Amino acid sequence: MSAQLTQVEQVKARSNLLRGSILDSLLDEATGTLAEQDTHLVKFHGFYQQDDRDLRTERLAQKLEPAHSFMIRIRVPGGVVTPNQWLAMDQLAERYANRALRLTTRQAFQLHGVIKHNLKTTIAEINACLLDTIAACGDVNRNVMCSVLPELSPLHARAYETARAISAHLTPQTGAYHELWLDGKKVATSTEQEPIYGPTYLPRKFKISISVPPTNDVDVFAQDLGLIAIDEAGQLAGYNLTVGGGMGMTHGESATYPRLGNVIGFCRPEDAVSVAEQVVKIQRDFGDRTDRKHARLKYTIDDRGLDWFKEELVKRLGFELLAARPYEFLHRGDTIGWQQDDQGLCYLTLFIPEGRIQDTDQYQLATALREIAEAHSGDFRLTPNQNLLVARIKTNEKPRIEALLKQYGLDDLQSISPMRQQALACVALPNCPLAFAEAERYLPDFSAKLDALLGEHGLSQEPISVRLSGCPNGCSRPYVAEIALVGKALGSYNLMLGGSALGDRMNRVALENADEDAIFEFLASALQRFARERHSGESFGDFTQRTLPHKDA
Amino acid sequence: MAELHALASKLERDQLIWTSGYLAALAQSAEATKSLAPSPLAVAKHSDGQLWTIFFASETGNSRKVAESLHQRSGEFGIATRLEDLRAFRAHRLTKVERAFFVVATHGLGDPPEGTQAFFDHLMSDAPPRLEKLQYGVLALGDSSYADFCEVGRQLDARLEALGAERIVERVDCDLNFRSSSEQWSLHALQEAERRAQGSGAEIRHLHAVGGILPNMAPSSFESPVLVNQRITGRGSSKDVRHLELDLNGSGLSYLPGDSLGIMPENPPELVEQLLDELGLDARASIILDSKTLNLKEALLKHREITAASQPLLKALGKEHRKLEALLMDRDKLRELLRSHQVIDLLSSYPIEWNAQTLVDTLRELPPRLYSIASSLDANPAEAHLTVAVVLYERFGRTHWGSASNYMARGAKTLRVEVEPNENFRLPSDPKTPIIMIGAGTGIAPYRAFVEHRRELGHVGDNWLIFGDRNFFTDFLYQAEWLNFRKDGYLKHLDLAFSRDGPEKVYVQHRIKQRSRRFYEWIERGAHIYVCGDANAMAGDVHAAILKVLEVEGGLSEELAVERLAGLRDCGRYQRDIY
Ligand code: SRM
Ligand SMILES: Cc1cc2nc3c(=O)[nH]c(=O)nc-3n(C[C@H](O)[C@H](O)[C@H](O)COP(=O)(O)OP(=O)(O)OC[C@H]3O[C@@H](n4cnc5c(N)ncnc54)[C@H](O)[C@@H]3O)c2cc1C
Ligand SMILES: Cc1cc2nc3c(=O)[nH]c(=O)nc-3n(C[C@H](O)[C@H](O)[C@H](O)COP(=O)(O)O)c2cc1C
Ligand code: SF4
Repeated sequence: MSAQLTQVEQVKARSNLLRGSILDSLLDEATGTLAEQDTHLVKFHGFYQQDDRDLRTERLAQKLEPAHSFMIRIRVPGGVVTPNQWLAMDQLAERYANRALRLTTRQAFQLHGVIKHNLKTTIAEINACLLDTIAACGDVNRNVMCSVLPELSPLHARAYETARAISAHLTPQTGAYHELWLDGKKVATSTEQEPIYGPTYLPRKFKISISVPPTNDVDVFAQDLGLIAIDEAGQLAGYNLTVGGGMGMTHGESATYPRLGNVIGFCRPEDAVSVAEQVVKIQRDFGDRTDRKHARLKYTIDDRGLDWFKEELVKRLGFELLAARPYEFLHRGDTIGWQQDDQGLCYLTLFIPEGRIQDTDQYQLATALREIAEAHSGDFRLTPNQNLLVARIKTNEKPRIEALLKQYGLDDLQSISPMRQQALACVALPNCPLAFAEAERYLPDFSAKLDALLGEHGLSQEPISVRLSGCPNGCSRPYVAEIALVGKALGSYNLMLGGSALGDRMNRVALENADEDAIFEFLASALQRFARERHSGESFGDFTQRTLPHKDA
Repeated sequence: MAELHALASKLERDQLIWTSGYLAALAQSAEATKSLAPSPLAVAKHSDGQLWTIFFASETGNSRKVAESLHQRSGEFGIATRLEDLRAFRAHRLTKVERAFFVVATHGLGDPPEGTQAFFDHLMSDAPPRLEKLQYGVLALGDSSYADFCEVGRQLDARLEALGAERIVERVDCDLNFRSSSEQWSLHALQEAERRAQGSGAEIRHLHAVGGILPNMAPSSFESPVLVNQRITGRGSSKDVRHLELDLNGSGLSYLPGDSLGIMPENPPELVEQLLDELGLDARASIILDSKTLNLKEALLKHREITAASQPLLKALGKEHRKLEALLMDRDKLRELLRSHQVIDLLSSYPIEWNAQTLVDTLRELPPRLYSIASSLDANPAEAHLTVAVVLYERFGRTHWGSASNYMARGAKTLRVEVEPNENFRLPSDPKTPIIMIGAGTGIAPYRAFVEHRRELGHVGDNWLIFGDRNFFTDFLYQAEWLNFRKDGYLKHLDLAFSRDGPEKVYVQHRIKQRSRRFYEWIERGAHIYVCGDANAMAGDVHAAILKVLEVEGGLSEELAVERLAGLRDCGRYQRDIY
């Protein structure tokens, strides 16, 4: 019964630790593309080949190849960058990208529209400012997420340290990255190895995040491996571990599904890195390499059972996991505006519409942030909600930053509903090749209409989590939202309701294949009922979960 | 008996000249003539050895056609003639020739047609042949929108005289509507030759001037439906380049890769309006054109060149504007003026009193435009494809259009077309011979035809394209097709130069230098080299780059490189189609 290895597995195996023919592909000036096999390999180096889907038919008629360019993802463990790094990214976006800098749902940066000719320079410049792109995509451990407000609790600093340590430990060791992008010397291939991954890396992407209660901003249950920081007497005691979370599914294929991670125990802070390594290795050895739609850890666990998994992990670790400890999540969104920690440092969380750092007619976000970066000595943190935290601002820097916010119209931008503050949308059209429907470009319109509806029912201050994904892959983690749209076709979505506000319960389909009118008609009546019939303190997610009839499939 | 014949033909001739049908028929016969044997009559009459050689120097075929028609008609005058293409004629042999007519075109910027350079070089050299025995006449073809109008003919005429030859008929400089003026010159020339053959006593027949009654295009032209008019430069391009597909069904037209299509344009209506406005003339004013009455607007729309400026107009304006007149004497300034100014710019800068009739009499007849055919007839039966760059730009505070390119771009439903064969731009006869195709911008057009053709016919010679334009993303004309050709093995190499993508401007000549080794190897393998596109900038630099390749890779001295390249040119391995 054993099926064939997937094509990507074969490409990886032949690639000589991710080299393939990338060098030749880069030198071919007749096309903006890479050779087919290389398009798989470059993901491991941190970028995707895409084309502007808005221009596809037009360019076909013009006898031109599609408008190819590359999306480069920049890895930012825990989302923390220095002001200088911010400025460097800002400049790169200006110089090489066509759609401004994008903050992703995993606290990373993305540059869209980088042409082949500029790849090398761009990646070299990214590395020059001590960020990198390796393993930002591909069948490896991806950007490690971490809750963004460390300084509000001593725990956060430790958690961030762990995130960095895991990220570093799981970074691929191939010399190909240096060789291709940083003019590193050719590494003697006989001695070169991938100690953790081996020559064919993982069967599929792998995601880790660390949440620091009371916030679950990182959606710890949507991860292959989640760490929940446990606070005991103001100290980090260790981490509860969750495994087997994931969002991706395919419409109409019931063997694919989103899944919440299971809490399997607790480990000491000093064991976190080995736990991560062993979980990764289990997935390396047992993940399904014959079917990419069945290759995530969640399927490995469901196929073999959670007990098998725990046993295997303990065997590999050489020690038992401890029992999970109590914790409590209270929210997932960001606290927009100013905060101060006990050392007197200030924190400013800025709402970033759709995670795009750009100047528009109404506000000059890119310019303002550039000037803030120049005036600021702390750091920046990309939040999992695609917002931005300007962290560790000295009190004497605050007036200047406030003045800049005013000057560039960011003040007004921040006065938005709690719903809008944490609404997420994936990139989708025109960049994402997998998109069926609009997401990022639709979010402003959708949320404006939803805001109006909330207003009608006196619900404007309700922090309902709203997430739009252009396809069922679920890059905005829609299945753990209270209201989600999942794209099916242009202008047509599955409306999903009933997820919890904290990301620990998935939603379900309320309307299938619905257009905007149908969606709003449905939401109007649901919100009307919610306003009238909710229990005290009940979230919209809990209310719909309780009242929405279950469809039996 | 012979006299009777002569008389008969003389009468016929004189009568026929009065009828326009005669000239049309003539043009037709010239068009249709493939067998160039003089009439039996001519052969019978000329055993006296008084043979006239009709030399032609032609690039786009006009001079050749005129020469052929001259040859064809010589019998009527009892003159024996033979045709000789100057591309294949060694100048030193001219000393052996006693009677010659020259029909020569000017190309480039006052340069001889492709392939005839060697002849003119020798004639103009420090050691020229002595030509005291030669009797001759020159007919020059050119385009009066160039400052170097008929330069080659003029220089040839002056040089022959200086070398001791005797001019038997005054030179005539023909503009693009050369058919009538060349006819007149031909009649004069043949008559003079006849007179000389008959002895000095013979009387010169009086010939009547024939006005511009010939159509601009040969009657064989065809009204071709436009099947496709597609912009092929991407969004954001600095240029609008169109791909046109024309339907030749039922036209009987056929062509080979390398040929061009002549297109009869109509002028942009807005420009006609502007012109009428500028001159304060009434669109409905009636004028007489070729003895037909038309209104001014229609004449300007369809019959007169109102975009590219030409010398007759400048001369007319110069009569009233001293400053302009002085300017016309300076060749460089004239060149610059013609390059940068369109008709409307001149009319508004140098105002004079116009009436409708003098305006159309002064403006030049609207000539057809040539476009390299971008398709292979074998691959696309009954179709011809074109690659047209739309000429549209702002200058002197007004929009300027190119006539034909905008006529096509705006979606003309049909186009009047004729095929202009170009024997100087042909695929190698051996299907295995490798070819190097160098082109910029729309210069890529014939290469699409070349590669399509070779693929269609299974010709296995290696193909190498070196193409340049402004921006990779938007201006890589036919990119998708080239990539497919390459993938399928019909394009061995594809080298590109985009001048506006990076900090340094990169052009095709840089790529040639970069690929110097390979380029030389291909030459050694017998490759044919083609250059097509911009005459001003590209062709010269490419030429220099190829010379450099021969020097660097072939270890040739500068002189020997020049000689080698000339050798390649002479044996048809270095062909250019530049405009
Ligand atoms: C940029 C980002 C969305 C955003 O708007 O921020 C994104 C964008 C894309 N995701 Fe994602 N994913 C992003 C977070 C996610 C998340 C959320 C998360 O990780 O917390 C998920 C759900 C969690 C999960 O992995 O299960 C997610 C699940 C997917 C999947 C489905 C995977 C699966 O197991 O089925 C795909 C498709 C695939 O891998 O075949 C995918 C694929 C893609 C690709 C690369 C499309 C492709 O494969 O060609 C998208 C590129 C679009 C673009 O132009 O940017 N993306 N993607 C997020 C980048 C995160 C980062 O910095 O690394
Ligand atoms: C053998 C041959 C093959 C050719 N093949 C092609 C081909 O494949 N594709 C193609 O597009 N063309 C080709 N051409 C050129 C073509 O014949 C026309 O000359 C061209 O399209 C312009 O014609 P038009 O009627 O649009 O412009 P016109 O009405 O002739 O106007 C052109 C005039 O505009 C002015 N002008 C034009 N551009 C500028 C500028 N940038 N700045 C200032 N003044 C300017 C000049 O005064 C010029 O005389 C070829 C020419 C030849 C001789
Ligand atoms: C690219 C190009 C350049 C030309 N340059 C000149 C020129 O400098 N002077 C001139 O009088 N005519 C010039 N002409 C016009 C030609 O001489 C004219 O079209 C002539 O009829 C062509 O004759 P042929 O077909 O025998 O080559 C040029 C034509 C072309 C296509
Ligand atoms: S959810 Fe689908 S459409 Fe959106 S970015 Fe991810 S893969 Fe693309």
